[in-house]
Amino acid sequence: MQEVDIQAIVKAVLAELHMSPGTGVDAPRAAAADDPDGLRIDLEDPTLPEARQRTGIADPINPEGLAALMAATPARIGVGRSGPRPRTAARLLFLADHGVTQDALMHAVDPRFLEELGFFTVESQAADRQTYLKRPDLGRKLTEASRAMLRERCVKSPDVQVFAGDGLSGAAIEHNLRHILPVIQQGLQSAGLSLGTLFFVRNARVGLLNDVNAIVDAKVCAILIGERPGLARAESMSIYLGYRPGPEATDAQRDAICNIYAGGLNPLEAGAHAVQLIQKMIRDQASGVDLKRR
Amino acid sequence: MLLRTKLFGKTFEFQSIRELMGKANEPKSGDELAGLAAGSIAERVAAKYVLAEVTLEALRAHPAVPYDQDEVTRVIDDAVNETVYGEIKGWTVGEFREWLLADQTTADMIRRVSNALTGEMVAAVTKLMSNLDLIYAARKIRVTSHCVNTAGLAGTLASRCQPNHPVDDPEGIRAAIYEGLAYGSGDSVIGINPVDDSLGSVMRLLDMTHDIIRTWQIPTQNCVLSHITTQMQALQKGAPVGLVFQSLSGSQRGNQSFGVEVGMLDEACALARKYCWPEGPNYMYFETGQGSALSADAHNGWDQLTLEARIYGLAKRWQPYQVNTVVGFIGPEYLYDAIQITRAGLEDHFMGKLTGIPMGCDACYTNHARATQNDIENLAVLLSAAGCNYFMGVPMGDDAMLAYQCTSFHDAPSLRQTLGLRPLPEFEAWLERLGLMQNGVLTAKAGDPSFFLSR
Repeated sequence: MQEVDIQAIVKAVLAELHMSPGTGVDAPRAAAADDPDGLRIDLEDPTLPEARQRTGIADPINPEGLAALMAATPARIGVGRSGPRPRTAARLLFLADHGVTQDALMHAVDPRFLEELGFFTVESQAADRQTYLKRPDLGRKLTEASRAMLRERCVKSPDVQVFAGDGLSGAAIEHNLRHILPVIQQGLQSAGLSLGTLFFVRNARVGLLNDVNAIVDAKVCAILIGERPGLARAESMSIYLGYRPGPEATDAQRDAICNIYAGGLNPLEAGAHAVQLIQKMIRDQASGVDLKRR
Repeated sequence: MLLRTKLFGKTFEFQSIRELMGKANEPKSGDELAGLAAGSIAERVAAKYVLAEVTLEALRAHPAVPYDQDEVTRVIDDAVNETVYGEIKGWTVGEFREWLLADQTTADMIRRVSNALTGEMVAAVTKLMSNLDLIYAARKIRVTSHCVNTAGLAGTLASRCQPNHPVDDPEGIRAAIYEGLAYGSGDSVIGINPVDDSLGSVMRLLDMTHDIIRTWQIPTQNCVLSHITTQMQALQKGAPVGLVFQSLSGSQRGNQSFGVEVGMLDEACALARKYCWPEGPNYMYFETGQGSALSADAHNGWDQLTLEARIYGLAKRWQPYQVNTVVGFIGPEYLYDAIQITRAGLEDHFMGKLTGIPMGCDACYTNHARATQNDIENLAVLLSAAGCNYFMGVPMGDDAMLAYQCTSFHDAPSLRQTLGLRPLPEFEAWLERLGLMQNGVLTAKAGDPSFFLSR
């Protein structure tokens, strides 16, 4: 069992090396014979924390003071200028940070990834990404075909229905789902709560909770959904949960666990937190503001 | 009421001024979301043709929310100068557009007519104008104001220093203020969007910013953009407030969703006059943005441009020091892409100036809008040409708290040096005294926040 895992990891690493030979791991490529003009560019990752902390001011009046100022805020200060414009490094870092959020926003979650985790896929009424961004109302409703599929394939009236949706960041689902899912599954099992059938909704908004629960009729319905990407942070996921969410339920009747990613709320912790919250919701038969009042 | 035209042999008919106004708008995802947009480009143009023949009098008679149901409508209508209105009520919207653009029409003539306009008239003429129309006409209209600095003078461009921090850490905010000042940002205001709206935290930030202003004798004013009720408490407790801030919406219900009403703002303005530390007389700061009424379901079936124009008419009541639209903050369901954000930025600035308020712009976008930094740099250049009073200054345009992007500390000096504009005069003299600017250009000392560690 263990051996299989190691082999899989080795295979994955090899595949990655093969696909991206420019990452500096592939040492033989550095041979000078391959570069008759002597051009050899092999950059360190400029998005790493230590690279971000470098000032762009060539000759600061108070270098130690400048470092302290820069350490006092995550804002992009001490970046320097050329004429009135930003230094090249600061400009490119901004572009990199914005670029990764844009890619995450438009990124479609890999169907094979979802299948591996045992999720089947359905669609909201927002047929494409442009419609999704323009029409939040359509992202809150399933297509008729998707409703039929849920009726056919989902266990009805489980204690807990968990499903996933891309939201504004498909990358967030790919980053976190694999880590959070076993915690939720095992946690609910040991709490003696039944879990519904897993599925994924493309072009999803949080309000789908209402539409989904009209079909599956769970006590607690929860969606794992990608958050709006922040600059340089595309992998953040949220969980929204409702106790028996009806057709008119709003955010006020929901609870949320936000900022789930390796550098924020760790997905393993978030999963454990979700299980506790679900238990509390079922015990008190409430969620959102109604739960807080109890 | 009959509102119709033929276009290429096809008849387009509109049932109401409301429907006509929605369909005459330039494309906006928010109007589509609200079901108010034209169904085709031909229908949009047909609506513009018909709107061009509507009189200003008819627009006054059909406000977005009836007079007896909405205090925003009442504030604007009650403020109409009836003498001037009597002269212009027979103008059609098409004639009004040409009058604004005509060679003979001066800034003073426009300011006089401003006193007879309602939001619906301002919005209507905007729907007939191209982007360059909006730039050209807005540039004619200078609206100045005074608090510590004199804002809005021809040839000037100010910058709000916006040093936000994810947890309101005073030292983190101070560091970003130093960076901004080192680039010549801060003449509009040193204005912080707080995370924590509590009185203690707001007062701490007011004290800290006032301390920097006193230590460096900076000709500017400070502001913490909390809810207005918190600032009112701070004023009464003796906190050093430079400007009093609030976000506004274009209908009474919209303002209720922000937790404000006209009486409360009257009271806040009186408190500002009584307790604010600068000389004034303009102490108020408002932010706006197309789509806010719709997002609160308070648009009463009207388009987002008309609701926005009404905010400016409302804001005028309190003689603000500055007003800006936060144009791309609301997201792609209201302004989808760079084309729509750019259009809205030009519209809002023009409408503010036409209404007679000192107008700036937060040229900005969210990460899920189809826009990039290039697009808002473009918008800033266009608005600078239009005579926009100020932009935001944020470290590299990346707000560390609000999770959106807007103009950088670098952009005000770049726009000034590209287009021959200057900081506000009192602030420029201060930058020169410190040796950070000479003849309108940043010196070698500029851009280094550690400059401000010496006092």
